[in-house]
Amino acid sequence: MKARVRFTKRDKIRFLSHRDLARVWERGLRRAAISVAYSEGYSPRPRLSFGLALSTGYESLGEYLDIDLSPEADITLDELLARVTPHLPPGMEATAAIELEPGVDSLQHAVTSCDWRIEIVGPTLEAATARVAEVLAAEEVPVTVTRKGSDSEIDARPAILALRIVEPDAPRPGVPSLRPTAVLEATIATQPRSLRPAELLRALDATWRDGRVLRTHQWTLVDGARCEPIPLVDPGAGGATSTTHAEARAS
Amino acid sequence: MAEVWPLLEPHLASVQKPARYIGCELGAEVPSPAPGRVGWLLVYPDTYEIGLPNQGLQILYEILNERPDALAERSYAPWTDLIEVMRREDIPLFSVDTHRSADEFDVIAFNLSSELVYTNLLECLDLARVPIRSADRGGEHPLVGAGGHATFNPEPFAAFVDFVVLGDGEEAVGEITEVVGRWIAGERTAETRQDALRQLAGIEGVYVPSLYEATYNPDGTLEGTRPIDPAAPEKVEKRTIADLGDWPYPKQQLVPLTEVVHDRLNVEVFRGCTRGCRFCQAGMITRPVRERPADQVASMVQQGLRRTGYDEVALTSLSTADFSGIEDVVSTAMDDEVGCGNVSVSLPSLRVDAFTVGVAAQIQKARRTGLTFAPEAGTWRMRQVINKLITEEDLYAAVDSAFSQGWRRVKLYFLTGLPTETDEDTLGIVELASRCLKLAKEKGHNGSVTVSVGGFVPKAFTPFQWFGMNTEEELRRKVNLLRDAAKKSKGVQLKWHDTRASVVEGLVSRADRRMADVIEHVWRNGGLFQEWSEHFDIELWTTAIEACGLDFDWYAYRHRHEDEVLPWDHLSAGLHKDFLWQDWRDALDEVGLEDCRWTPCYDCGACTGYGIEHVVASAVPPAGGSQGTGQDLLRGGEVPVTLLPRKPAGVGA
Repeated sequence: MKARVRFTKRDKIRFLSHRDLARVWERGLRRAAISVAYSEGYSPRPRLSFGLALSTGYESLGEYLDIDLSPEADITLDELLARVTPHLPPGMEATAAIELEPGVDSLQHAVTSCDWRIEIVGPTLEAATARVAEVLAAEEVPVTVTRKGSDSEIDARPAILALRIVEPDAPRPGVPSLRPTAVLEATIATQPRSLRPAELLRALDATWRDGRVLRTHQWTLVDGARCEPIPLVDPGAGGATSTTHAEARAS
Repeated sequence: MAEVWPLLEPHLASVQKPARYIGCELGAEVPSPAPGRVGWLLVYPDTYEIGLPNQGLQILYEILNERPDALAERSYAPWTDLIEVMRREDIPLFSVDTHRSADEFDVIAFNLSSELVYTNLLECLDLARVPIRSADRGGEHPLVGAGGHATFNPEPFAAFVDFVVLGDGEEAVGEITEVVGRWIAGERTAETRQDALRQLAGIEGVYVPSLYEATYNPDGTLEGTRPIDPAAPEKVEKRTIADLGDWPYPKQQLVPLTEVVHDRLNVEVFRGCTRGCRFCQAGMITRPVRERPADQVASMVQQGLRRTGYDEVALTSLSTADFSGIEDVVSTAMDDEVGCGNVSVSLPSLRVDAFTVGVAAQIQKARRTGLTFAPEAGTWRMRQVINKLITEEDLYAAVDSAFSQGWRRVKLYFLTGLPTETDEDTLGIVELASRCLKLAKEKGHNGSVTVSVGGFVPKAFTPFQWFGMNTEEELRRKVNLLRDAAKKSKGVQLKWHDTRASVVEGLVSRADRRMADVIEHVWRNGGLFQEWSEHFDIELWTTAIEACGLDFDWYAYRHRHEDEVLPWDHLSAGLHKDFLWQDWRDALDEVGLEDCRWTPCYDCGACTGYGIEHVVASAVPPAGGSQGTGQDLLRGGEVPVTLLPRKPAGVGA
C-alpha cells in the first residue's frame, strides 16, 4: 500500500537539508524494519516521495512524505507511526498517516498554499501591524526575488492570502538583540507562483530580519474548500494519528 | 551546559551545511559533567564530513564515555564561513554533542592523519582560547594531546602539544585519565600541570615533547633529541594492544544525519599489515598484525546493521582481503537478512587478484562506484623496489574479472617519484592501464580505466625515510609525461594530485622542531584547510620557510645519511632502525620480500619487541599463495581458485 505520512521538523534538525531528509527517512524505516518497495534499474532506491521542500533552517509541524510500502510490509498505519518515530532524529515525529488511493495527486501538485509563523526582529508590534494593513490594502507589492541565479522584480500581492501580526512568545535564552519583536502569521500561495517567507518579509520591509520560521500547515483544495494533505478524519474512517497529533492541531 | 548553542544558532542559517554543527547523530552521547569526570574533547581538525567517520576517534569516544571517571565529546574544524562568524561574534570552539565551550574540557585531544592539517590544529586551539604554544599554557588551560598516524613524526608540531600518544589509544586513554583526574582534583597551577605531564611521560606510549631538548650540529642536521627530565624515557615506545578481540569498538557507530565520506557501517577487521610495502608508513607503524576474531567481526556486522539502518558495510583495514577469516564473515553477512533489502559488503582495500574480485562480486549489490586497485608502480622492476609484488598477470586477471562481473569503472592508484624510478617506469603506468583497457575491449566489455597518480612522499619509520623526495619540477615533468601518454592511449583517464601539495607534505613529513615556526607562520597568514585544493597555497609555505630562515630543499629533497640522527629516533614504532636500513638497501637492489604473515619472519622488530605474534583469525591463508590468483610463484605450480557459491542478488525484501 501507499502511505502518506505527516511529520514534524523542529529544533536542531531544522538545519538538515532536503537531501538529508531522504537519507534520514530511508535509514529510519530500515531500522524500524518497515519494508519499503524499491525502484527498478541499475541503482535501486526505496520509493519515497517528499512534498514541497522546506528551506534549510525553517521548522515545520506539517511536512509530508509518500511511502510505497512493499507487499511484505504487514503493518497498519498506527503501527507505522509508532514504529518509525523512535528511529527518527530528535525533533522529527511522524504524527499522522493515511492510505493513499491510487490516482491521488502528488504532493507537489496538490498543495496550493501554506500557513507560516514568522518571527520578526526589528519593528514594534504597532509598526508591524500598520505595515501589514498597508500591504493588504495595496494593489501591488513589488519585491526583488532571485530565481535560478538571476534577479527579477515580481508582485508579491497575489500570493499573499492572509496576513496578520501577533505578539511574540516569552523570550528564549539567547542574544537579546536577536529576539523577535513581533510574529507574522501568513498564508502564502504556492501556485501558480510561490513566494518564499524571506521574500514576503522583504516585501513588507527590507530592514526586518527573520527569527525562527515555522510552517504550520500545508493546504490543498478539495471541491473549493481548504483541506490538509492528510485531512482531519475520525480514527474509524481509516486514518491514523499519534498521540502528539493534538499538539500539531492546536498550534 | 549548552551555553554556546544560543550564540551559534542565529547564524547557522547563513552558513554552508549548518547540519554539521548540530550533533544529534544516532550514537551521539550526551554526557553529564560531574566533578569526578575528566572531560575529553576529541577533535578531528578537518571538516565534519571528513572527521565524523574516523574510527579512531569514535573508538575513544565510546571507551571514555563508558568510564565513570571520564567523559568525551567531539569537535570538528568549522568551515571558513563559520570561523568568520565565530571570530566576529566571539563564539568559541564547541563540542557538537552538547555545544559546550572547548576551554571547559580538561583535555583537548586531536586525531592527526596528515601533515597538511597542522595549521587547522592551531586554528582549533586558538578558537578554543588556548595558547597555541605548550610553553605558554598555565594551570587553567586544558592539556592538549595528539594521536593518529601523523604522530610518528610529531616533531614539527611538538611545540604545540603537551603530549602525544603513539600507537593504539585504547588502553592509554584510561591511564591518561587517571593522571589528569588526580590533577584536576587538586590545585591547578603551572607547577601541578608540569607535574601531571611528568606523570604522563611515565605511561607507555605517551610522549611529552617538553621534557626533551633537540640540539643541532653546525651543518644543521640534528645532533639528538634527549630527555631533560628524569621522568622522560630515552626512547618512547609506541603502545600496542595485543588482542583486538578485547576491544569490540565501536559498539554504536555514529550515524550522521548529513552527508559524510565513508557513509556506511565500518567494521575494523584487523590492525597492522604484513605486506611490507616500503613506501607505506601506515603498514610499517601499525605492526604487528592483530586480527579481530572472525565471529566477533560477524556479530559486529550483524548488530551494527540492525542498529544503524545502513545497507552497506565495509570491512576496513589495510589490505583487507588478507583477513584470513574473510570468507566466513562475508557469507555470514550475506546470509543475514536484516530488516529488508540486501546488504552490500565492500572491501575498500582490495588485493589485486581475480579471487578477491570474485568475492567482491558476490557481495556488492550494485556496481555503483568503481573498483579500485593500487598497483602503485608501472613496471615489475619498480614494484619489486617498493615491495608491492603484483605481477602484470595478476592485474589483468583482476581487471578482467571486474569488468566481467559488471563493474563499469576500474580505478588504478599509482605513485610517481619513487626511488630508482626511470622514465620507463613512469610511462609503464599508462602502458599498464592501456593494456587493461585493451584487454577489456577485446573481450567486449564496455568499461573505463582511470589512473590516479600521486607524488611519492617519504615518511618516517619506513625503509624509504632516507630517500630525498623528487623535486616539484621533477614530479611535474613526470606528470606531464603521463598526461601526454594518456592522451595518446585513447581511453585511459588520468587524474593526479597537485605536485605542489605533495612537496609541502614532503617538507613537513621528515622535519624537526624548527618547522613549528613555519607552521605557525602559515597559520597566522590564513593558511587553513591546506588539504583542500581550493585553499592550498604553496606561496604561504615558501614565504614562511624564508621568513623563518630555513631551506625548503634541505628538508624536502635532501637524501639523509645512514648515520644521520633522525628527528624521530627517540621514538619507536617497534621497527629496528637497522631492519629499515637493510630493507632500504634491498630496495635499491630490487629485492622483494614476501608477506611475513605466512612465511618466515625477517625480524623487523615489531613482534619480538612487543612479545606478540601475528594474531590471525584463521590458520589458512586466503586464496593460497601470498599474492596473485592462487598462483604460487615460487613453486611454479597453479593452485585452483574456488569462488563462493553464487547468491542471487535479489532486490527488495
